[in-house]
Amino acid sequence: MSPALMGSPMKYLCLVYLEEQKLHAIPDRECANCGAGFRERGLLVAAEALQPVDTATTVRVRNGKVSVTDGPFAETKEQLAGFYLIEARDLNDAIQVAAKIPPAREGSIEVRPVRELQP
Amino acid sequence: MTATASIHDTLSAVYLSESRRVLATLIRLLGDFDVAEEALQDAFRAALEQWPKEGVPSNPRAWLVSAGRFKAIDGLRRGARFDQLDEAAAADTIAVTDDAAWADAESVEDDRLRLIFTCCHPALASDAQVALTLREVCGLTTEEIARAYLTPAPTLAQRIVRAKAKIRDARIPYQVPTHAELPERLDAVLRVVYLVFNEGYTASSGTLVTRHDLSAEAIRLGRLLVDLLPEPEARGLVALMLLHESRRAARTSPSGELILLDDQDRSLWDHGMIAEGSRLVTEVLASGRYGPYAIQAAIAAVHAGAPNPAATDWNEIVGLYDVLLRLNDSPVIELNRAVAIAMRDGPAAGLAIVDEILDRGELRDYRPAHAARAELCRRLGRIEEARGAYKRALKLAHQEPERRFLERRLAELSS
Repeated sequence: MSPALMGSPMKYLCLVYLEEQKLHAIPDRECANCGAGFRERGLLVAAEALQPVDTATTVRVRNGKVSVTDGPFAETKEQLAGFYLIEARDLNDAIQVAAKIPPAREGSIEVRPVRELQP
Repeated sequence: MTATASIHDTLSAVYLSESRRVLATLIRLLGDFDVAEEALQDAFRAALEQWPKEGVPSNPRAWLVSAGRFKAIDGLRRGARFDQLDEAAAADTIAVTDDAAWADAESVEDDRLRLIFTCCHPALASDAQVALTLREVCGLTTEEIARAYLTPAPTLAQRIVRAKAKIRDARIPYQVPTHAELPERLDAVLRVVYLVFNEGYTASSGTLVTRHDLSAEAIRLGRLLVDLLPEPEARGLVALMLLHESRRAARTSPSGELILLDDQDRSLWDHGMIAEGSRLVTEVLASGRYGPYAIQAAIAAVHAGAPNPAATDWNEIVGLYDVLLRLNDSPVIELNRAVAIAMRDGPAAGLAIVDEILDRGELRDYRPAHAARAELCRRLGRIEEARGAYKRALKLAHQEPERRFLERRLAELSS
């Protein structure tokens, strides 16, 4: 029997999409409360708000060389395939870590800073 | 002259010589470009008030940094814009910095390098790196940069605002790269300097062939970089810029027409710049640690050393292109090498290589490739082919003097 039918929990990633001008349409407090509620009910693994796409940096590794470019992933053929939530001192460190993620050799890693919710 | 007027003159001079240094240090102390810029303005405003009464301080730079820092802390305390920050912590961070730290020349020079490397960080878009460097390192106003790049001022302002927001929100660190990162990061800085130079030297659009201010700014920036970080490639780039710049007066006619190297009046070349550029090239080549900029400078120096086109040492130039190709395998360099071979061995030898490059398709839409092909065909008397290539080049030319030059050549073929 598959794990799902045996009743063990699955993990799901819920991605949040918003138009740029609506990034602050929902008050941070409401999102924080929602997260706290999920946590209490044992539903939440991790939740973060992201800085706008303008702050994105794309990291690729080709022929062993790290390339860094401004902006989000460029290839429309590429699809979201996974995520790593990391801690780093600054963007330089984050880029170094991102370059070590194996799919950086085949696709691209979009590095986006997390935005702390304002209480 | 009244005492106040002379203080104003002193302040203007101090602003010119020190404002970028003071800004670079304030960014380190305050951790934010916008806060530092505001603090810089506040510091000069305070100087304008206090120096006439109290006299010019013995160390104006330290005075300005100190004044700017205190104004910023004051602003943080009033907290209008920073109510979400932990004000006390922010003020503490700023206050614990040792007073001696900013008067120390070495850390001030490091701050200038930090500023340059941060503005040219690879996580910023190329056009943002250029705009930010001209704004923050060179101190050009947004309007001046917009005018130089024929870009609407609001577009440019937006580019700068966005770049600063990314530095802040993605936390691009304000530091000089480590030894291991330095070569690559220095390349990015040199590329920005050379982009600025080229925009000034061969404007990519518009009616003027040269926009002198940008080239002068790039040379100034290159010299600053050499002072701060005497890497051979930085010196090579300064040499290259000087050797190109030395031909400025000769490369356009009074009516703004483009004049090719062979047809230039060499007495118009700036021999001071040639001497300095050539000396730098010799030093860098002798050090054995040369890169593509130094080799390109060496090629420019060979041209500069020839009293007339016929006296050019084409063999030496072909050899330098061979070295350059080994450092940087690019079809554009291959094309330039082909032109040098045409000069050394005759147009047929050059044309064979140009055709081979064009057949590979890489330079299909590169105007100089078609212009070179046209020129070589013309010299070989293959008029129909020359005409076709000139027309192709003309389609790809965006700059007025270039277009007129190609049209002139085309008309000469018909007569």
